Amino acid sequence: MATAAHDAPHGSHDHHDHTPSFVNRWLFSTNHKDIGTLYIGFSLIAAIVGIGLSLLMRMELQQPGMQIFADGQMWNAYVSAHGLIMVFFVIMPALIGGFGNWFVPIMIGAPDMAFPRMNNISFWLLVPAFLMLGSSLFIGGGAGAGWTIYPPLSDDTYQSGPAMDMALFGLHLAGASSILGAANFITTIFNMRAPGMTLHKMPLFVWSMLVTAFLLLLAVPVLAGAITMLITDRNFGTAFFDPAGGGDPVLFQHLFWFFGHPEVYIMILPAFGIVSHVISTFSKKPIFGYLGMAYAMVAIGVVGFIVWAHHMYTSGMDVDTRAYFMAATMVIAVPTGIKIFSWIATMWGGSLTLNTPMLFAIGFIFLFTVGGVTGVVLANAGITQILHNTYYVVGHFHYVLSLGAVYGIYCGIYYWMGKMSGRQYDEKLGKIHFWLTFVGVNLTFFPMHFLGNQGMPRRYPDYPDAFWGWNLVASIGSYISVAAFLFFFYVLWHTLTKGAKAAANPWGEGATTLEWQVSSPPPFHTFDELPRIR
Amino acid sequence: MAAFAWALLAMMIAGGDALAQAAGGGMVGAPQPWGMGLQPSGGPIKDAISSFNTLVFWIIVAITIFVFLLLVYVVLKFRAEVNPNPSRTSHNTLLEVAWTVIPVLILVVIAIPSFRLIYYQDRAVDADLTINVQGRQWYWHYAYPDHGNFTFDSYPVQTADLQPGQIRNLDVDNPLVIPVGATVRILTTGQDVIHSFFVPSLGVQKYTIPGRTMETWMRADRAGTFYGQCNQICGVNHWFMPIVVRAVPQAEFQAWAEQAKTRFAEGLPPGPVPALAAAPAAPTLNVAEARR
Repeated sequence: MATAAHDAPHGSHDHHDHTPSFVNRWLFSTNHKDIGTLYIGFSLIAAIVGIGLSLLMRMELQQPGMQIFADGQMWNAYVSAHGLIMVFFVIMPALIGGFGNWFVPIMIGAPDMAFPRMNNISFWLLVPAFLMLGSSLFIGGGAGAGWTIYPPLSDDTYQSGPAMDMALFGLHLAGASSILGAANFITTIFNMRAPGMTLHKMPLFVWSMLVTAFLLLLAVPVLAGAITMLITDRNFGTAFFDPAGGGDPVLFQHLFWFFGHPEVYIMILPAFGIVSHVISTFSKKPIFGYLGMAYAMVAIGVVGFIVWAHHMYTSGMDVDTRAYFMAATMVIAVPTGIKIFSWIATMWGGSLTLNTPMLFAIGFIFLFTVGGVTGVVLANAGITQILHNTYYVVGHFHYVLSLGAVYGIYCGIYYWMGKMSGRQYDEKLGKIHFWLTFVGVNLTFFPMHFLGNQGMPRRYPDYPDAFWGWNLVASIGSYISVAAFLFFFYVLWHTLTKGAKAAANPWGEGATTLEWQVSSPPPFHTFDELPRIR
Repeated sequence: MAAFAWALLAMMIAGGDALAQAAGGGMVGAPQPWGMGLQPSGGPIKDAISSFNTLVFWIIVAITIFVFLLLVYVVLKFRAEVNPNPSRTSHNTLLEVAWTVIPVLILVVIAIPSFRLIYYQDRAVDADLTINVQGRQWYWHYAYPDHGNFTFDSYPVQTADLQPGQIRNLDVDNPLVIPVGATVRILTTGQDVIHSFFVPSLGVQKYTIPGRTMETWMRADRAGTFYGQCNQICGVNHWFMPIVVRAVPQAEFQAWAEQAKTRFAEGLPPGPVPALAAAPAAPTLNVAEARR
């Protein structure tokens, strides 16, 4: 955003540090920092849409009866679009494309990503993908089969017209974007580390991106296969998921969740990485149990691939199979616990300053713990027999994603804002944003556990009157959350226009990774010569 | 912190399974305004789920409070103003082993009763009768193969047609009727899209999937009315295909089944079932208790 300043003294006589024209820089970009900025900007725009949809949903649910939605199909389409947009176009682009692109090369001392042009196409595939999915809302009745798009409901019989095909094609494009991005990250991390930067010296954010990239590379193709079969079922007369033709709807569930479960770790692992850096920086201490932290993420990634069917406890699997998936799922609590306690141990004995990123990091630890323990409840197939698909599940996954992953995004933005833009945010505004968000999201999502306990199913635009009370509370909470989100845009605007110039390292001795050794913002080409890591 | 207040609030509702009683007698398994805990129990499966849920609930509340207190302590004790010189400690093998092993032990404590529960829930042992349940867009289709294989459809009652005492979005024209204390085998099948047969107060839920027949079971130990709703997104009216299970004494059930056989065979229009009018007046009877 402000690298032009750097361009002036060098641009004329050193073509390696030449900043390209606007079109070349932002449309044909091959610079990892510019692509990272594009990803973050894209994510913010998609967030306006995704959060806007959820605001409409909460307004509908504020009281019993149908208020603002025409019918259930429109509701289902909005619910599905909200889920898919938040997952594929808000959280993933911000955490992986945004912070990943910006900071993985700098942290490992690489001049750029391994495949800069592939990096460009990764980003530009997302834009048509988002347009496809977004416009599907306005075609016919929209694609209303939930973000899980289970057939037969997603078949052409029950979702006729092009809306569902557009959504599926949008997912294909987003998936291709993710796979290319993942290949790029893996190659970069394995081959472009600066001399001395061994795997066991790599910052934890880079570790988190490495594990995430592997999850993407192994999981997303499975989704691509599943939705390709769905597309051919819809359009070319195959019957992969149609029992009338020898197919099986449950096969789709297996394929979807073989992707879908690693997907939730794809969203949370980068946040783990960011939080580790922030906790260490603002405690002025090295991270506690570095190797344990790194391999806990590896363990979460590996085990994350063998627990998918815990989303399908009521799909008629054999009881022994359920017993296995239950046991495997509970195992994930162990590496997650290691991370939580290691973060606390990092703070223990430290010298804490509670700047905004640190507040978000501490908030993350507590709220992720709440989301994590309800995950332990849901791991038990016996209880999930009556909590499956209820608002308890909605509460659980919004605690780990809306409060976990999104807190990770906010945490990263405040932590690196000065580094990325060259201007530091206002601490007071940041803290107001934190507390507004904290109150809003807890008020929104905590009552959902009560609704779920009481048996309220998800994806309902209207509900029995007994559920009114907590729904009203949740809706009020969502209005506060949306106000906090709008306030965040004010903070952004304030930072970019009025923010103080950021020093190379505004955080002091605690910030030890390489990005703090280059100027804020870093030069267009970060390293003139490769740094050496001792 | 707001979340902590919420956690405290949640603690107060632990095991809050107060039995809701209908005015006319017989329990009602339905959501309550401002309800926080699980719905009341109508039978042994839900009893087992509730007691296991209470165990897990207290464990997770303890863990959450423990983490919260650690965070509060750390923030108060190690702020820069209080502790200007950070330590450089970054390893403690004993601690790291402890926070790996102790969670494993806690999980074992959870896992043992959890396994027992899912095997108990899985299938009926010596079922007294079998009922076929089929989810359809957007109503339920029930069949009683042990009683002459009569079948009927169960549609939701439109808001405009609600009788006094009926619950909006939960009541149906023809409830599923079962005898109190009988072990009922449920076989679910699908016809159009996937639905989910879900009655929280009886602790039962199973998808109805086209091309598959799946088995589960339930038993109501108390006479009463147990409400549920379709719990898998199934199209426009997903939110409007409730389930009502009415548990009545054996004699009344037999009378109802006899009558239903002829009535539904003749394709009579849906309406109140005569025998059922008496059902809410039936005394609350805990058969499991009585059998001992």
